Amino acid sequence: MSTPMKTTVATTWLDGCSGCHMSFLDMDERLVDLAQRVDIVYSPLVDTKTLPDQVDVGILEGSISSDEDLEKAKAFRKHCKLLISLGDCAVNGNVPAIRNHFKLDDVMDRAYRENVSLQPQIPTRSVPTLLETVRPIHAEVKVDVFVPGCPPHADAIWYVLSELIAGRTPDPSKVTRFGA
Amino acid sequence: MPLPVTPPNIRVVTLKIDDQDLSAREDETIIEVCRENAIPIPSLCYLDGLSVWGGCRLCMVEIAGQGRLAAACSTRVTEGMEVRTSTERLQRYRRTIVEMLFAERNHVCSVCVSNGHCELQTMGQSCGVDHVRVPYRQTPYPVDSSHEMFRLDHNRCILCTRCVRVCDEIEGAHTWDVMGRGSDCRVITDLALPWGESETCTSCGKCVQVCPTGALVKQGTSAGEMVKDQHFLPILARRRHAR
Amino acid sequence: MHLEELAEKAAEFKAEDAHVEHEVRVCMAASCQSSGAAQVMDALDKAKGDGQPACKVKGVGCMGLCSAGPLVAVADKEADLAGSVLYRDVAPEDAADILGSVGGSPVERLRCPTDQPFFARQRKIVLENSGIIDPNSFKGYVAAGGYASLVQALSEMTPADVLREITASGLRGRGGGGYPTGLKWSTVAKMPGEQKYVICNADEGDPGAFMDRAVLESDPHRVLEGMAIAAYAVGASKAYIYVRAEYPLAVERLQNAIRKAKRAGFLGNKIADTQFSFEVEIRLGAGAFVCGEETALMASIEGLRGQPRPRPPYPAESGLWGCPTLINNVESFANIAPIVREGGDWFASIGTEKSKGTKVFALAGKIANTGLIEVPMGTTLRDIIEVIGGGIPDGKTFKAVQTGGPSGGCIPEAHLDMPVDYDSLKTLGTMMGSGGMIVMDETSSMVDVARYFMEFCMTESCGKCVPCRTGTYQMHGILDKLTKSQASRDDLALLEDLCEVVQATSLCGLGQTAPNPVLSTLRYFRQEYEEKLQGETGA
Repeated sequence: MSTPMKTTVATTWLDGCSGCHMSFLDMDERLVDLAQRVDIVYSPLVDTKTLPDQVDVGILEGSISSDEDLEKAKAFRKHCKLLISLGDCAVNGNVPAIRNHFKLDDVMDRAYRENVSLQPQIPTRSVPTLLETVRPIHAEVKVDVFVPGCPPHADAIWYVLSELIAGRTPDPSKVTRFGA
Repeated sequence: MPLPVTPPNIRVVTLKIDDQDLSAREDETIIEVCRENAIPIPSLCYLDGLSVWGGCRLCMVEIAGQGRLAAACSTRVTEGMEVRTSTERLQRYRRTIVEMLFAERNHVCSVCVSNGHCELQTMGQSCGVDHVRVPYRQTPYPVDSSHEMFRLDHNRCILCTRCVRVCDEIEGAHTWDVMGRGSDCRVITDLALPWGESETCTSCGKCVQVCPTGALVKQGTSAGEMVKDQHFLPILARRRHAR
Repeated sequence: MHLEELAEKAAEFKAEDAHVEHEVRVCMAASCQSSGAAQVMDALDKAKGDGQPACKVKGVGCMGLCSAGPLVAVADKEADLAGSVLYRDVAPEDAADILGSVGGSPVERLRCPTDQPFFARQRKIVLENSGIIDPNSFKGYVAAGGYASLVQALSEMTPADVLREITASGLRGRGGGGYPTGLKWSTVAKMPGEQKYVICNADEGDPGAFMDRAVLESDPHRVLEGMAIAAYAVGASKAYIYVRAEYPLAVERLQNAIRKAKRAGFLGNKIADTQFSFEVEIRLGAGAFVCGEETALMASIEGLRGQPRPRPPYPAESGLWGCPTLINNVESFANIAPIVREGGDWFASIGTEKSKGTKVFALAGKIANTGLIEVPMGTTLRDIIEVIGGGIPDGKTFKAVQTGGPSGGCIPEAHLDMPVDYDSLKTLGTMMGSGGMIVMDETSSMVDVARYFMEFCMTESCGKCVPCRTGTYQMHGILDKLTKSQASRDDLALLEDLCEVVQATSLCGLGQTAPNPVLSTLRYFRQEYEEKLQGETGA
C-alpha cells in the first residue's frame, strides 16, 4: 500500500519530559486515522535512526538546553519544510528554563555533587554539554507553528495536524494555551 | 489616583462603540460603558471598585478624530464619540504588550498555583500569544512566604498595583506599596519588611483575591489550585462610596 | 508701590556703586566654577585688596562660552558683554595682569574676542542679565530694572491685561512641548477654585542640557518675578519650584533670592502694597528623570511616588492636590518679565510665524564652542552649529545633531538649513525639547547613540506602564545586540515594531517619545544599522 501522497512527519524531544509525545499518543484511535494520512519517518516512537533529507512536518518537544539540543533543532530546521514547537518547553522554556535563574556551575553541583552520596562527580563523557541559558526553540531557529500547553491536549495536537494535512494554517491559540 | 469627583448634574450622552449606538452618563469612562454593554475590553490593572491606574495599557482604544490612542479606563465618554475597541492595530499592540509581560518575569504557567485561573494566562490566549517573540529577561526575584496565610511571588507579579489599591482604598490599611524603578519595581509590604512582619497588614486577603496572577496566593495551594474570587469588590466599593 | 518708587529704589541701589567705574566680572556659574573660577575670583579679590577703588570685582552668572572658562570680563559699569574685554581660560596667576589692565590696554594673551559670531549672533532676552549682574545680589537685580514688570503688572494691569499680553506674545512652553503659554495661563485663570498653584519645573534632566541651570544660577530673581506675575494672572497664591538636587548652586542661589525678595516685599503678603500675596517654596527632586513630567512632578511635590498619571485631567483642571495648577518651565518664566515690560507685540515680532521670541540652547558634544547661547527662533541649525558654535573641532566632519534629549532625534547634515522652531523640528522627527543640542562628528556611531538614549529611558522608566517599562528594556536589548553586531534582520524588524507599540501606548511623554532616538537614526542613518546586521533570523 504505497501512498506517495502521505505527509511525512518527523518528531523528537529535546529538553523535556516526553509528556508531549505521550499526549500525542493520547490521540488514541485517531492515531489509526492519522496513520492513513501521515508517515512518521523519524521519531523516538519509531525505529528509524536517521532524519531523512526532506520531511514535510517536523515536531520538536522540549527546550534547547544543550549543544545536542541545538544541533537537533538546527537539523530539523534544515530538513523540515514546516517546523512545529510542541508544548511549553519548546514554546517558552517552561520548567527546564527555571534553571536560568541559577549559575550553570551551581546547577551542575546541585545535580551531581550535593545530592549524590556515592562518588559524586560531574560527568564529562558521552553526555551533551549544557548551554549557559535554556531557550525556547524559536530563539535559535525559525519556527512556523506554536502549540503551547504542558502538555498540549491530544485534541489540540489532533486539530493542528488535521489542519496542516488539510492544507490550512491552524490557530492553536483557539484550542490551547501556556500551561494548558 | 482617582479621577476627580464628578459634578452633581450629570448629563447622558450618546456614543458609538464598535458601531453600536450606546448611551452613557458623561462621568463614565469608556471601559465602564463597555463592561456594561458586554463589549470586551482587555485590561489587567483595571478593576471595578478600585481607582483608575492606567498602567497595563491593554485597554487602549481608537477614538475617531483623535491622533493618539486613548486608554479606555481613564478616558471619559463624550457626546458623539466614536470608539473602536479591537482593530487589527490594537490587537497587534495588545499582543506585544502581553508578550513583553510574559518575558519580564518568570511566568511558568505549568507549575503555577494559579494555572487555569490566571488573568495573564487568559489574556495571553485571547490575544493570540502562542509564543513570546522577545527574549526572556531571566531575572530572579525572591518569594516571600513569611506570612502565615499568604505568599508573595515577585516572579509572577505584573505590577498592576491592584493589591496596593485595594489595601489602601478598600481595606484602608495601605500595607502595600511599590519600590524601585523600571522592571525592577517590586510591590512591598510596609517599608519592604517581610510580609509576615508587617504591622499594618490585617490579613484580610483582599490583595490575594484581586491579584490577577499567581503573585499573591494562599499558602498551601498546589499547581492550579488557587482560584480567586473578586465578587466582593464592587459590592464593598459601593458600600464604602455610599457612606 | 508704584513704578516710580521702584525706579527710585533702583537709582538708590545704583548710587551705592557710584564710585565704581569698571567691573571685573567673574563667571561664577557651575561650569566656570568647575574649571576654577572661584580661585580666580579669590585671587582677583586678594590682588585688588583695598586698591583701585574705582574697580569692582564681581561674581556674575553664565557668559555662555563654557568651553573657554573660567571667563572674566572687564567692562565699564554699564557695558554689556559685547562692550567688555573678555578673557578666557583665566588662571589665578593672571589676576594681577587683569587688574593692571583695567582702564588701560587689555591682556592680549588671554583675550577672547567678543565680536566673534558666538557672541555677535546671539539675541538675549532670557539671558539679558546673565553674566552682567551678580545673581546673589537683590540690589543688582533691581538696579538692572528687576521687579519693574511685577510692579507694573500689580499696579497698572488687571490679571486679564497680563493674560492678554502673554497671549499676544505668542510665547510657547520652553520645556519642550511648545504648548501656548497664554492659553495655559488663561485656562488656569478661568478654572473655578479658591486655591490654585503655580509650579516652576526646574527638573532639567536631559543629558547635555543645562539651560535652566544657567538661568537659575545667573538670574534667579527673574524666574521668581515671572512666577509672581503668573500667579497674579491666574489667581494663585502659592508656588513651588521643583529643582533637581543635582543643581546645588542653583538651589543655593534660588534660596538666597527667595529670602531677599521676601525681605524686600516682593514675595509674601501684600506684595507692592496690593492685595496680592504670593509664597514660593523650593522642592528638591531626588534624581528621577520622570519627575520632569508634569503629573509625576506634582505627585512628587505631594510627597507621593514620582510617577505619572493619565491625562486628562490636565494640571490646569486638577493639578497639585486636585487644585488648578499652572506649570511652566524655568525658561518660560524667565521670558515673562521682558514680555510685560516691552509688551506682547514686541515679543511676537521676534522669531518665526509660529514660534516667537528666542530660545536658549546648550551646545554640547563635538563642537568648538560648547556652552550656552540664545538665538531668535528660526535661526538655522547651520548657523547655530557652524557659525555660532564654531563648527566641528579637530578637522572632523559633522554627522548629526541631537536635539530634544532622550525624547528627541538626530538631524543629519542634509537638514541643517532647517530653521529651528517647534514645528520644523517635529517634521524632522525630533523635537525642540528644552534646548539641549548634542553635536556628533563622523566618529560617532548612530546605533551607539540610539542605544545610549534607550539605556537612559530604560533606567529612568518609572515602571508604572507596561509598554515603557518592558518595551525600553527589550528595545535596549536589541540595540545592544546591534552595537555588538549580533542582531539579525528579524531583530531589527522587531525593534521597529516595539518602537511603534511603545510610542502609541505608553502612559506619559517619557515612554511615548522613548523610541524617537531610534526612529530618527533609523530614518536618517539606516545604513549604519544595516551594516551591523548578522543574517536574517535570530542568533
